[in-house]
Amino acid sequence: MKLTLKLYAGLTDYLPPEAEDNELVVEISADNTANEVIDRYKVPRKMAYLVLLNGVYIRPEDRNRAVFNDGDTLAIWPPVAGGCAGDRRQTGVAISPDP
Amino acid sequence: MAWTNNVLRVNLTEGSMSNEPLNMDWARQYLGQRGLATKYLVEEIDPSCDALGADNKMIMTTGPLTGTMAATAGRYSVVTKSPLTGAVACSNSGGFIGAELKSAGYDMVIFEGKSPTPVYLYIENDKAELVPADEIWGKSVWAADEWLHKKYQDPLLRIAAVGRSAEKGCLYASIVNDLHRAAGRSGVGTVMASKNLKAVAVRGTKGVGNIKDPAAFMQAVNAGKKVLAEDAVTGEGLPTYGTNVLMNVINEVGAMPTHNMRDVQFEGAGKISGEAMHEPRASDGKPNLTTNAACFGCTIACGRISTIDRGHFSIENKPQYWGASGGLEYEAAWALGSDTGIDDLDTLTYVNFLCNEDGIDPISFGSTVAAAMELYDMGVITKEHTGGVELTFGSSEALSWATEATCKGEGFGLELGLGSKRLCEKYGHPELSMTVKGQEFPAYDPRAIQGMGLTYATSNRGACHLRSYTVSSEVMGSPVKTDPLVTEGKAELVKSLQDANAIVDSTGLCVFTTFAWTLEDIAPQVAAACEGEWTPESMLEAGERIWNLEREFNLAAGLTAADDTLPPRLLKEAAKTGPAKGMVNNLHEMLPEYYEIRGWDEQGIPTTDTRQRLGLA
Repeated sequence: MKLTLKLYAGLTDYLPPEAEDNELVVEISADNTANEVIDRYKVPRKMAYLVLLNGVYIRPEDRNRAVFNDGDTLAIWPPVAGGCAGDRRQTGVAISPDP
Repeated sequence: MAWTNNVLRVNLTEGSMSNEPLNMDWARQYLGQRGLATKYLVEEIDPSCDALGADNKMIMTTGPLTGTMAATAGRYSVVTKSPLTGAVACSNSGGFIGAELKSAGYDMVIFEGKSPTPVYLYIENDKAELVPADEIWGKSVWAADEWLHKKYQDPLLRIAAVGRSAEKGCLYASIVNDLHRAAGRSGVGTVMASKNLKAVAVRGTKGVGNIKDPAAFMQAVNAGKKVLAEDAVTGEGLPTYGTNVLMNVINEVGAMPTHNMRDVQFEGAGKISGEAMHEPRASDGKPNLTTNAACFGCTIACGRISTIDRGHFSIENKPQYWGASGGLEYEAAWALGSDTGIDDLDTLTYVNFLCNEDGIDPISFGSTVAAAMELYDMGVITKEHTGGVELTFGSSEALSWATEATCKGEGFGLELGLGSKRLCEKYGHPELSMTVKGQEFPAYDPRAIQGMGLTYATSNRGACHLRSYTVSSEVMGSPVKTDPLVTEGKAELVKSLQDANAIVDSTGLCVFTTFAWTLEDIAPQVAAACEGEWTPESMLEAGERIWNLEREFNLAAGLTAADDTLPPRLLKEAAKTGPAKGMVNNLHEMLPEYYEIRGWDEQGIPTTDTRQRLGLA
């Protein structure tokens, strides 16, 4: 089945030359996982920070499960687009990247 | 101390000035900038006054860390009553003039009254004078800036000014400083122009001292800079892509306001994104983005400096726009772009240049144009109104025309200058105004990011994302990932973010630092610089105090709980695509809980217990 893979920001470099406008339609099987797609294009997993399936966030623990249907879109951003610094953020201070 | 303990009070009616000490009792409760200036405003004006009348005051204020060596410590704010909303306005800007004002020896400048003739304020350290502005009244911000620099022959003179739009009464006019930074929202520029005050020009050479514990301050500042440098967003993402890296993210999650919020995704988003700004143009082979840029003392440098293709229709015969200038931030890109259905990067950049040149808020302006385009689409606004221009979604020519007319305050531009709320009311369709309390929405459709609905509805200055940016949690997963499509837990999230932002806005630091910093990073810097006990906990409490003080101003100004709502489109018309397809914003599930958590009664009024707890009673 087909999956539209979109890689943004610094991850664009991992797309093959035939990709256009940050995206590529790829052939996958029903039992493929998000991490398998990420690995196929040699995107370091730690760089796959924001992973959205049809616009819905896939938690890291769900990235090894088969979640795809034919025609889905998988979009991925690195931490530079909103990555979390981990425990430092737990005090819940306001955050805005956008004026 | 960090504060200069010096306030300049300017009586524009009389043309007189005086210096007075800063109220340190208030400074210990409200810190500075947003909080402290709001306290002054509350104490000094009748909240029910005419925002454009002589009784309103306008406070240009720094924070205690403004001008210090702390990272991003170049911020200042303009606090006044807004003519757009009738609520309290606090508009924050970077650039260099904030630090210059502090270095000249002032914590804040309070403008009161109204000058009988146009003037500007010139400050050179202890010298402050009101000077006739006849030669720059009627000119753009950029022209006024050039004239003042030539007059004083000082390239380091820092200037904040209003443009022709403000003079003509555009209700969302901004105050532009350093050519392309702006106190942009809520019409603070309109207030300034209503006082016949064209510009503030500042040269300060005193430096900023009075640091309580210099060694501890240097240590805290250096630790903070290290955190910013090592964080993926502040160290790499923002300098590389700017805020417009959000364009594709927000479009993908189906929260991109499009076509006056009829749609939640924009087909052309990729063409106007932060990534696209790096790509060589087909026309001339050069990218839109020329370089990034930093404000005073900033180690992030998120600013965009862009150049338009000289052959582009918008500027081919206008060499004054051929150089590099302030480029698109995300908020300008969506409001001028997806909301109007325009995906041409150079058109948006040109229009953004004009917004800077004449001082209008691109968020409110873009949203107002989008509303006008919908009214045109419906046949309510016609070519008779526009003078023959086809005001259709997707028309770069129409947007360029509308911007030029609004900036100059001419023809239909005067109607666009009313803002979305008044424009839609005038044409009999108030339901098409995408506003809260009269202020236009920022870049996140709250049907797909539920917490932002509560953020907008309860923001003290009308629809605003900078008051509580739940997007961080709901979309980006920081500090913890929450589901953007549910309302559970959002009331508490919004409240905590509102309080935290209120105190960060009172320091003199940029809120962007909080992508990497928590109050654990900020409090040591404030505590080392300022007298008083400043801990993360005491800062959060001060933030809550500020939030409630702003609320009380609004209540006294005549706003009520009925104003804590969203346009019917967002409450009744379901999103058509994306993860939120079929959903509306469920504000009714969040608002009562929010009032309760805030310690307000069912009418949204702070209870006596809450007021006493915060020292407001």
